[in-house]
Amino acid sequence: MSLPAVKISGAAPPGAAKVLAFRTPRPGLWGSRIVPFLREAAVRAVPPTVVIALVVLVWELLCSRPGASLPPPSTVLNDTWELITDPFYDRGGIDKGLFWHMLASVQRVALGYALAAATGVALGTLVGQSVWAMRGLDPIFQVLRTVPPLAWLPLALAGFRDGSPSAIFVIFITAIWPIIINTAVGIRNIPQDYRNVAAVLRLNGLEFFWKIMVPSAAPYIFTGLRIGIGLSWLAIVAAEMLIGGVGIGFFIWDAWNSSLISDIIVALIYVGLVGFVLDRIVALIGALVTRGTAAA
Amino acid sequence: MTAYLKLDHIDKSFSRNGSTTKVLAGITLEIAQGEFVSIIGHSGCGKSTLLNIVAGLTPASEGGVLLENREVNSPGPDRAVVFQNHSLLPWLTVYDNVRLAVDKVFAGSKSRRERHAWTLHNLDLVQMTHAKDKRPAEISGGMKQRVGIARALAMEPKVLLLDEPFGALDALTRAHLQDSVMQIHAALGNTVLMITHDVDEAVLLSDRIVMMTNGPAAHIGEVLPIALPRPRRRLELVTNPAYLKARETVLKFLYERHRFVEAA
Repeated sequence: MSLPAVKISGAAPPGAAKVLAFRTPRPGLWGSRIVPFLREAAVRAVPPTVVIALVVLVWELLCSRPGASLPPPSTVLNDTWELITDPFYDRGGIDKGLFWHMLASVQRVALGYALAAATGVALGTLVGQSVWAMRGLDPIFQVLRTVPPLAWLPLALAGFRDGSPSAIFVIFITAIWPIIINTAVGIRNIPQDYRNVAAVLRLNGLEFFWKIMVPSAAPYIFTGLRIGIGLSWLAIVAAEMLIGGVGIGFFIWDAWNSSLISDIIVALIYVGLVGFVLDRIVALIGALVTRGTAAA
Repeated sequence: MTAYLKLDHIDKSFSRNGSTTKVLAGITLEIAQGEFVSIIGHSGCGKSTLLNIVAGLTPASEGGVLLENREVNSPGPDRAVVFQNHSLLPWLTVYDNVRLAVDKVFAGSKSRRERHAWTLHNLDLVQMTHAKDKRPAEISGGMKQRVGIARALAMEPKVLLLDEPFGALDALTRAHLQDSVMQIHAALGNTVLMITHDVDEAVLLSDRIVMMTNGPAAHIGEVLPIALPRPRRRLELVTNPAYLKARETVLKFLYERHRFVEAA
């Protein structure tokens, strides 16, 4: 029985946590629950804290010298305190808090990515299921998927004559390829056994799609979806730099034009954190949906 | 003997790169209702292909399959298959695997509650009710095969097709399952066609053993009726002369007259 080639790492339960927690069982709530919990939290939190502290220290030392071209963390914190503490301000136009810029970017990604997911799974199913469709479409996909996301932007601007739909289109066209390709591989790898079962039961096309295809290909589909969300988030910043308006990409570009280097650094940290959260959300959905799909 | 299931002059050839290999040549076999027939032969003789043709999963090149005098050439639940590798859907629980078949086959004829009861009844037949909420990955190979049998039985098939159902199991588990299959066959009177390469299994379970010659162009070499009375008990048969004679006949056929020649 064929196992999915790529497994979503988030699917594995964090077993290590429990092993530690039960190693020193002591009577009482304090001894049996809270102490191990604190110890576990410390074990997990200490290494990253130490590493971050070291990085910040080195950065501070390197950039505090006179003539340094980038600000040290202390300056960044000083310059951007208002930005960090009040992400919700709105003075009209593009002079808004980081929250609003992020929200605009996430909305664009959500829309473009949702379209890419729906279209990508449908096209991937077609390509995976029909040899004719594969022969016809696969060469086109293989060429188009290598086109860098931003190369689509001028064409999209020409077509839509507006910035926001163009950015959404760039997200769509960036995210769709890994979704199509992984879905097609997943569909093609449905074991013949499952197809035989479906044949003996005389499942119709729709039943086959929902009861065999989707669950069987789910690990592959979610691998594609997870690559797709990562690429979307990579593309949105670049696309927004070019289209302008509210959005984290233009915020960074605007900060550069105003020589607000500290703002750029804070924005980058935000972009990283939001990208991390998006990836985790898709991984979590994948883990929930593909629970039990690993071959028996 | 009236033919319930009839395999009528079945030929099967596979073509690849312009060259055609004949796998099966002129297989004709009549099976009566309630009969348990085993097909035995060396691996590669095309016995699994023959079962797939009866199941409708593979089309025959020539000839056909008649069930109650009607030709069948596509798969359907009237010829339920127990696959060698169980083929349970890993994302469904044991119950849901059987229920999927029940829901599909009895969608129009049984109510929800009846389908639930029928699913549990079939799991009970193979003694798997205790694990009904487990997934296939959480149960042993023998248990998976039991569920596979329950799923096939739940379709109320006219013919039950067993494709080396116990081939992947250890000897003790295999014996347990063989006993279960005998009990079920005695209770329900199914018509069964089983593929096997295990001589003891064939003699123990079958009313008739169909011995296939080696390929290419394999055909039926000999048909041996097993006249042992039922219920048969494994331990009593060990010294039974009729059993030993049948066993010897099959062994001689397989290892003297149609010895398997390694291709490699």
